Amino acid sequence: MKIEMKKTPFSFVGKSVRRVDALDKAAGISKYGSDLSFPNMLYACAFRSLKPRIKIKNLSDEKAKKIRGYVGLITCKDIRGKNRWPLVMEDYPFLPERESRFAGETIALVLAKDRKAAKKAASMLKLEHEELPFVDDPLKSMEKGSVKIFGRNNVFSKYVIKKGEALKSLERCKYKIKGEFETNYQVHSYLETQVATAVPASDGSMTIYSSTQCPFYVLDAVCAVTGLSNHRVKVIQTVTGGGFGGKEDMPALVAAHAAICAQKTGKPVRLSYERKEDFMSMSKRHPSYSSVMYGADESGRIRACVIKYVLDSGAYSTLSPIVLWRGSVHAAGPYDIENVLIETYAVATNKVPCGAFRGFGQPQICFAQESLIDDLADKIGMDPVEFRLKNIIRKGSRTVTGQKIDESCGLSEIVNIVRKKSAWDRFGVKREGEKIIALGFANTYYGVGLGAKGRFLDRAGAYINIYKDGSVSVNVGNTEMGQGALTVLTQICAETLNCPLENVHIHEVDTSKVPDSGPTVASRTTIMSGNAIMEAARPLRERIFKTAMEILGSDKVSASGGFFFVGKKRISFAQVVKECWARRLKMSEQGWYTAPKTSFSEKNGKGDSYVVYSYSANAALVEIDIKTFEMKIRKVFAAYDVGKLINPRLALAQAHGGILQGAGWALFENLVYKDGIMLNPGFADYALATSADMPEYAVSFVEKEYTDGPYNAKGIGELPLIAVAPAVRNAVKNALGLRLNKIPMLPENVWSMSKNKKCFCREN
Amino acid sequence: MKKYLLKCQVNGKNIEREIRPDKTLLEFIREDLGLTGTKEGCGEGECGACLDLLDGRAVNSCLMMAAQAHGKKIITIEGLRDEKNPLIDSFAKEAAVQCGFCIPGFIIKAEELLSENPEATDDEIKESLAGNLCRCTGYKNIIKAVGKVRKKCLK
Repeated sequence: MKIEMKKTPFSFVGKSVRRVDALDKAAGISKYGSDLSFPNMLYACAFRSLKPRIKIKNLSDEKAKKIRGYVGLITCKDIRGKNRWPLVMEDYPFLPERESRFAGETIALVLAKDRKAAKKAASMLKLEHEELPFVDDPLKSMEKGSVKIFGRNNVFSKYVIKKGEALKSLERCKYKIKGEFETNYQVHSYLETQVATAVPASDGSMTIYSSTQCPFYVLDAVCAVTGLSNHRVKVIQTVTGGGFGGKEDMPALVAAHAAICAQKTGKPVRLSYERKEDFMSMSKRHPSYSSVMYGADESGRIRACVIKYVLDSGAYSTLSPIVLWRGSVHAAGPYDIENVLIETYAVATNKVPCGAFRGFGQPQICFAQESLIDDLADKIGMDPVEFRLKNIIRKGSRTVTGQKIDESCGLSEIVNIVRKKSAWDRFGVKREGEKIIALGFANTYYGVGLGAKGRFLDRAGAYINIYKDGSVSVNVGNTEMGQGALTVLTQICAETLNCPLENVHIHEVDTSKVPDSGPTVASRTTIMSGNAIMEAARPLRERIFKTAMEILGSDKVSASGGFFFVGKKRISFAQVVKECWARRLKMSEQGWYTAPKTSFSEKNGKGDSYVVYSYSANAALVEIDIKTFEMKIRKVFAAYDVGKLINPRLALAQAHGGILQGAGWALFENLVYKDGIMLNPGFADYALATSADMPEYAVSFVEKEYTDGPYNAKGIGELPLIAVAPAVRNAVKNALGLRLNKIPMLPENVWSMSKNKKCFCREN
Repeated sequence: MKKYLLKCQVNGKNIEREIRPDKTLLEFIREDLGLTGTKEGCGEGECGACLDLLDGRAVNSCLMMAAQAHGKKIITIEGLRDEKNPLIDSFAKEAAVQCGFCIPGFIIKAEELLSENPEATDDEIKESLAGNLCRCTGYKNIIKAVGKVRKKCLK
């Protein structure tokens, strides 16, 4: 008897069911990292360098010893394992031995019986040091005569992607355009700062409670720093108060520090960051510098694209090589272009190391490239949306790396939806008193999953255990950090098993209960853990369905909503499970999913980069005050193709949050460095969008099915942020005729540009 | 350090504790009373995650000394939960919760608003909540969740 997976209608997939974790979070019941307590727990506080680059000579805790509750000082000498964080290039020591390379870097840890005493004691350490020459500008860092802080040329990574003859072709183009663009840092500003607790056991093994997106990165780091083998360390993810990429790699460092302390003292140790420390030392979105050229022929076809893209990576490479790679392969935008030359660099500076942030190297270059696409359309005299529609990738097109888009591409449809919903064709520029109002457009694409650069990590496991009472326990290796993974995965599991939603419980990730499933990043969780759950559920489903058929005495059984039917006869999932157990059937299974092959080769920059792409189109309706130059986003029209929506309401919630993060980055989030020192490390001086800045959201979805996705889903998490900034910039351009090529687009920048240029607002 | 005898009412219960005088209200609530629904997001009064009601006013508990609560009535998210405050369910129902870390603070602030102004308009809700930071939701569903608990919406 063959059990067919039914296609539609679904009982749970595609339904906007309530989040499984919402009520506990709203009621203050959920336990985040700092809400847990352990007997005899000690508190650690980081002692940080406050200079961009120093030689460490001596550290004394003489004065700190007088603090009541002081326990001791932990330095690199206390590390029993290796003092190298096992992350991509392995250049980051857990604690620096001779040299500290950015202001904010942890040099040592202070332990005390309470948090206040630890902080006080840390402030009383005396560091003897020598200031070393430093470099804080990535473009200067790349120059020959620069201070050397990494390798021969301060370049962590470089990629070249070449297709056709870009330079020659550009020369022949009738329309050519060049633009230079700059974007600043963005701070994740997850509301819960970094926190980890290391709890040692009497046998020397250790349990780590970590607020993290990537428990297996934490596992690797803790094992490296303690010298313990993988099976002696257990990492449990605590309820995580936001990530956005900021809890991809960094929690591993925080947990490793707690682990050194716990190993030394034999006691539980909590390390939780204050907001200021989190700002100073944790990863950020890379500042970027880019130069972009496009060329188009007479008919408005883009023929050539040449890009140089530089990321200011900070003092250690961390995830920069991968961030840069994603940026590189997406750099030319979602267009079908024959001739492309992309050259990209991740460069070392003596500033905070930058890493993953929602979009992962794409938003910066998307801002540049989508701005210039608009400028090129203006130059040709074509409508920017019409111009895009003429050039965007469709089914059958090839990307810049030569990947053929052979399924699931709804880009042209979503562009048309946004065009229609925003009334693009007739909106024009409006004037309301002292405000000028205009629309701006931008679209983008996003390779879902880790892609070719991360192909060895692109696998995920799941374990399903069905109990006698019909309840279903699930372990997965990807995390809930706020995005809704637990709910979406619960829906996928319930749908596949035909069990009631409330019967499914997905546990917090515990590295001792599930195989390494890679990081929870790259909008990959729905596809990866979703497919792993389906793999595990399939054989269970066969057993359950077969038993249901036998109980009901028919092979024409229909199943929905947790019940099995033959005519008017009906039995519940729990009843069938009870019978399965009575028959001694195996009611637990493991699933393992590996992403399809990707062929990209770094040698020639060609091949399939990602397994599939999601798409977004955005129109921002922006008002500009012509007296103060303040900008406000009134409304964002957005449409996405992210494949089948497992939970439409949660997808919409991802869109709202991503749009506002993109808007904040575009308009006012402004982290300021001066001479290698961060000047505004806190929410008082780093402005985040509040409810008063919220635009109206008008969001639509087109569900282009992806064959290999669970129930044909792709991924959404990062996509909504990426093309907001260029849409805002293009709106300001359409309103005032000013091309703001620098993020954040502060009113003072508009003001100074307007003084030097003839623009709409000057007439007033 | 000389201890201070703090007497106050927390979620309807009379409390008497000897505390260090340098303790903030946030530390007292989280560490001494174990009420961990109140969160620390920034420690400088900018994010609103630590809001609690002090005699009905929403206060940043990270900026107040515990001793300042002497003789006063404190309500935390646990208190609202015990009395089955409809805001909690509304936030869950309207998909206003993502990572959830900021949400108890939002609910406290919304409770303050609605007890003063049970028919607050959307704009008044937006303005009232503008001191609370949420990095996940883009605020729309939060405004909606509070709106659903307005007097005219509750039957």
